[in-house]
Amino acid sequence: MSNGAALTLGPLRLVARWSLRTADHAGRFSFLIADMFRGLVEWRTWVPRALEQATAVGYGSLFIVLLVAGFAGAVTSLQTGYQFTGTLPLYYAGAVISESMILELGPVLTALILAGRIGARYAAELGTMRVTEQIDALESLGRSPVSHLLLPRVIAGLLVIPALTMFANATGIVVGYLTAKGSLGLTYADFEYGARYFFRPLDLWYSAIKSGCFAAAVTTIPCYLGFNTQQGAEGVGRATTTAVVAASVAILMLDALTTKLLLVAK
Amino acid sequence: MIELLDVHKRFLENVVLDGVSLEVKDGETVALLGPSGVGKSVTLKMINGLLRPDAGDVIVDGLHVPQLGRKELATLRGKIGYVFQYGALFDSMNVAENIRLGIIDETCYNDAKFCQDRVLECLRLVNLPPDVATKLPAELSGGMKKRVGIARAIAGKPKYLLYDEPTSGLDPVNADVIDGLIERLRDELGVTSVVVSHDVRGSFRVADRVALLWQAKIRAVGPPDEILASKDPAVLQFRERDLEMTRIQAESREGEREREGEGGGGARGRNL
Repeated sequence: MSNGAALTLGPLRLVARWSLRTADHAGRFSFLIADMFRGLVEWRTWVPRALEQATAVGYGSLFIVLLVAGFAGAVTSLQTGYQFTGTLPLYYAGAVISESMILELGPVLTALILAGRIGARYAAELGTMRVTEQIDALESLGRSPVSHLLLPRVIAGLLVIPALTMFANATGIVVGYLTAKGSLGLTYADFEYGARYFFRPLDLWYSAIKSGCFAAAVTTIPCYLGFNTQQGAEGVGRATTTAVVAASVAILMLDALTTKLLLVAK
Repeated sequence: MIELLDVHKRFLENVVLDGVSLEVKDGETVALLGPSGVGKSVTLKMINGLLRPDAGDVIVDGLHVPQLGRKELATLRGKIGYVFQYGALFDSMNVAENIRLGIIDETCYNDAKFCQDRVLECLRLVNLPPDVATKLPAELSGGMKKRVGIARAIAGKPKYLLYDEPTSGLDPVNADVIDGLIERLRDELGVTSVVVSHDVRGSFRVADRVALLWQAKIRAVGPPDEILASKDPAVLQFRERDLEMTRIQAESREGEREREGEGGGGARGRNL
């Protein structure tokens, strides 16, 4: 084979290999999702475990989520003051802070934090269970790993993440107002006027729907990667890292998609 | 009865099983011997459907395992107890909860009194005291973990028991305890067992028949005496390798004991 042909075939082979691997992942991921829907009938198995997971994940993540949301609200408030002072009426700050938190910062920052926290936890737990044969043991006992291990984690995330997002929205807005009051001298009446003037009930729905979509990504992707871990401790490490990166990228892609579908299209 | 008929399995380029056939009669204990990485555990996982063969058939209790659907496979697995190499106990559950998972019948599983009695009965069968029930797997020694793994495997009163390296990583005393346990369970429960191991001495003790898996094929099958008398070069080589390993392990343990003895003496000397 000539050098030219080899140079052409090299990238082609890489693309072909990457395409095959992507198709393989997509296929197996789809089957896992289908298995989860099938497993919903075994509610006696997954409901108690989902509540346990939701409690652990919810309480465990609450502080960090509120902390980050508080800082996001404060920074948004300070930057709004920096940009708007002397050019726009101050009540606009109320609108910018509340709308930024509800539409973007609350859901996205919460999801990104939880991709690191919950995503890494799920991938590492399931990966370790896979390499120590605990998942095989469950299967060998005639029990479904989907309803025992995956569904509880996914359902817990779907319940907890939108709820945490709403707490994050509220915290960001309150801290944003307090910061604006301190640094800009914004009164509560002005803040409330601005916030109410631009607020539509759809915004809250949008925030909830968006965080639900993010919750699906933050839970299903790490569960899939952890569940399919191979090659011992190194595999667990790889699955955990990949889970956090893939979930974070999925969040940003879903962010663009939901904005286009729910806000821009109307 | 368990039958493997001309089973083939490969992982990428690595041929693990190349036309393996084996029959395990009801009530019989067969030891599957062979060096590490030869496909013993793969064979065991095919018997309870955790892996599918690329070609050939696996028949358990008259059912063709590779062709079974999800529900049929779950039902069949209820008849098969599987003892994993490192116990594969669930870290987040205590011993009692681990053993309870082995109770397959849903009505029994949801009956707290039945489960409690069954857990204690299984602990008794594997010579563990009742107070172990409340401990977490992390609080147990290697030998105890294996015994809890066995207790979980027998909790559902299986017809078949599959042991994956039940004595690996154990000292000779604990290995003897586990071998004795396998014999006792065979006699008390009358189960059909397949024991995967590379421990020649232990396997010859517990097995009615021994099969040697060598280079992806079954090289020899027969009663222990017959295998011991075999002049097959592969059998001889495997036995010599095992004897060599046993000798090295014994020397290593002896060395450790001597070093401990010297260290202990020195310490006493200093104290005096």
